[in-house]
Amino acid sequence: MRPLIRAVVLGLVGYVAGAWLTVAVRGGSPSDDVAVVFGFILGLIGWLMGIGVWNAWAREWFGLPAKPDQATGWKRYFTFNTDHKVIGIQYLVTFIAILLLGGAMALVMRMELARPGQDFLTLDAYNKLMSMHGILMVATAVAGVLGAFGNYLVPLMIGARDMAFPRVNALSFWLIPPVAIGLLSAPLLGSFDTGWTAYPPLSVVNQGGQVLFILAVTTFGLSSILGGLNIVTTVATMRAPGMTWGRLPIFVWGAFCASILSLLVTQFFAASLILILLDRVAGTTFFGAAAGGDPLLYQHMFWFYSHPAVYIMVLPAFGVMLEIITHLARKPLFAYKAVVAGFWGIVGLSTIVWAHHMFTSGMAEQLHAPFMALTEAISIPTGLVFLGALGTLWQGKLQSKTPLWLAFGWLFNFAIGGITGIYLADVATDIHLQDTYFVVAHFHYTIVGGTIFALIAGSYFWFPKITGRMYNERLGKIFAVWLTVGFNLVFIPLFWLGVNGLNRRVADYPEFYAGPNAFASVAAYILGAGFLLYAGNLLWSARRGPAAGPNPWNARTLEWQLPSPPPEHNFPLLPEVVGHPYDYGVPGSVHAAQEAAEGGEE
Amino acid sequence: MALSAGAAHERAEAMWRPRANRLGLWLFFASEAFLFAAFISARFVTSGTDKPDTLNQPLALGITVVLLASSISAYLAETSIAHGDRKGLIRYLSITILLGLVFLVGVVFEFREAMEYFPPGTIYGSNFVALIGLHGFHVFTGIVALAVALGLGKKGHFEPDDYWGVEGVVKYWHFVDLAWVIIYPTLYLF
Ligand SMILES: [Cu+2]
Repeated sequence: MRPLIRAVVLGLVGYVAGAWLTVAVRGGSPSDDVAVVFGFILGLIGWLMGIGVWNAWAREWFGLPAKPDQATGWKRYFTFNTDHKVIGIQYLVTFIAILLLGGAMALVMRMELARPGQDFLTLDAYNKLMSMHGILMVATAVAGVLGAFGNYLVPLMIGARDMAFPRVNALSFWLIPPVAIGLLSAPLLGSFDTGWTAYPPLSVVNQGGQVLFILAVTTFGLSSILGGLNIVTTVATMRAPGMTWGRLPIFVWGAFCASILSLLVTQFFAASLILILLDRVAGTTFFGAAAGGDPLLYQHMFWFYSHPAVYIMVLPAFGVMLEIITHLARKPLFAYKAVVAGFWGIVGLSTIVWAHHMFTSGMAEQLHAPFMALTEAISIPTGLVFLGALGTLWQGKLQSKTPLWLAFGWLFNFAIGGITGIYLADVATDIHLQDTYFVVAHFHYTIVGGTIFALIAGSYFWFPKITGRMYNERLGKIFAVWLTVGFNLVFIPLFWLGVNGLNRRVADYPEFYAGPNAFASVAAYILGAGFLLYAGNLLWSARRGPAAGPNPWNARTLEWQLPSPPPEHNFPLLPEVVGHPYDYGVPGSVHAAQEAAEGGEE
Repeated sequence: MALSAGAAHERAEAMWRPRANRLGLWLFFASEAFLFAAFISARFVTSGTDKPDTLNQPLALGITVVLLASSISAYLAETSIAHGDRKGLIRYLSITILLGLVFLVGVVFEFREAMEYFPPGTIYGSNFVALIGLHGFHVFTGIVALAVALGLGKKGHFEPDDYWGVEGVVKYWHFVDLAWVIIYPTLYLF
């Protein structure tokens, strides 16, 4: 715990020093935007140096020997540990905690929305709560699956001993706590009320909490970029002998493609937020229309990241679900090559469709039709992925296990999410549906139904690998049904509300919308209660569950050929891959030889 | 002949480590290119190719030449250590840092003039502040990285067959130069 305490102290000292120095130089108050900026930057540096960047890394820049932290056991999780499995678990636990926190905020919102009238939240407080819920959940969807399973599984699945840049990997994770602290302390400076999208001109003129939002989210972007860079490099250069691109497990493909997107487009979100920050603290006028600025510039830059971000969230989730489906249907993954082509098609198309979020923004009319057509074209590669899932299930020897039950829920949700997306891509219907609850329902179907379901299903499927113990199957299945049914009960009514014109982001609504809102609120509490079952099952099983053994699913990919949990550096001897990972039922097929490429014992 | 597991892993790492380092750096450049592209596109979207005629063209051309020259000295630093010439490494790294500092001083001077003639409250001024600030920050980090490499080089680090630190820093410096080669016309010539 020493490094963590050191990090907190140095972070605080850095913040105070930065804010105080700014006040000393230019006067004003320590809660001014500029003071917050310098405070955050110095605080971030202090935090990172305290947690271990100095000891394990920066000392080398001055010719001193590095002193990596030697903690063992549970203490590893609170240090600058470079083992990819430790980092994967750090991500998993952190983001499940943030998911539950963001979910609790949603429950407060649903309580306010349960009946018409303003009950206990002011319009302003509601907007701020909604904004916080939004950014926490977006962060969870972006970094939950990719950070947790990407880090834990990619080296294991390709037969590597760690990531290409273990210290960069630890840095990616340890950038996350300052992001959470920055966002959650924004209420001290009046919070932010722009939603997670932070559109100007509001985000240029509102409370100082917006500055913490900008700084935290830019830091989060840096973490995403470094994480993506690491995964791409690892997959490209560290595959075990015989692990050709054509034999890569499908999750590795999903993580790889998402990482390419994340690596590149995240910069546009960072850039758009930096321009807002400049407008606030440096007197620039990018988004002030009076002096020739253009608020639409922000929307273009923001959505150039934030549409592909949906695929950064969902590509690794596709990978998780296809892994689960193929292992538990005991069949080769259907149309493997077409699915991979679908991933690449999504990567390519996702960067040229962003303006479908802007049909009502007043942008040039002639952009409407091309962006509509390109957006709808994305259903082709997505359809290939869907086909791969359905084809694998078809006539499979389905194993009735929790992850597969969740996979069925996922298929249903994502189908609804995909189909309702067409109405939002279509200009004519979108102009009616823009900024209504139809949009809210749609993106919850894709992001919760698509990505969060994968986070949860994956946390069951790889639970025995990560902990060495088995979760309770009966409770798992109850939760799978609970989650799927509860989720649909909450969000189906919102489609109706949206079609009938109820605006999002407002705490109050006319009597006309009362029924479905009350229904959704009750369902939300039922859904929320289900998570007690989820957390209880996994927490209890992690300590008391029966030993799972190395390969409870009898799966063929490399991570299941190791003990549970796998030892440090994973493979005592290099595995040699000789066949496709999913050839279930193909006589004589082998994925990997157990013996090392270079024989002999240590 | 059977290899011990430890030796096998070391041999494997010797194979992929240089490739991973280079690929990682190039991916970082690709990512950074998107950041610069975002800022540069903001300039053309908000103010087209307008520019004030109060720009200090001779100064801009001067610091451009200085920065381009620093890429040559950076290259010479890298080839020096590749040939085992430590003195050359130290000399050329020092020259590169010096040229980088001259560039930064020029930028600060230009910045102060800019504040008078086209303040950030104008749209060209906004783009000027953002692009020069972004690039200046990269030059600054580049100088810090070069100084770290210089310090290590003086302490006897880096060998002809092991100078990734120098190679990485020098490549980064070239990247920062290349970014300026695009930003200079974006702000001064169009
Ligand atoms: Cu979109």
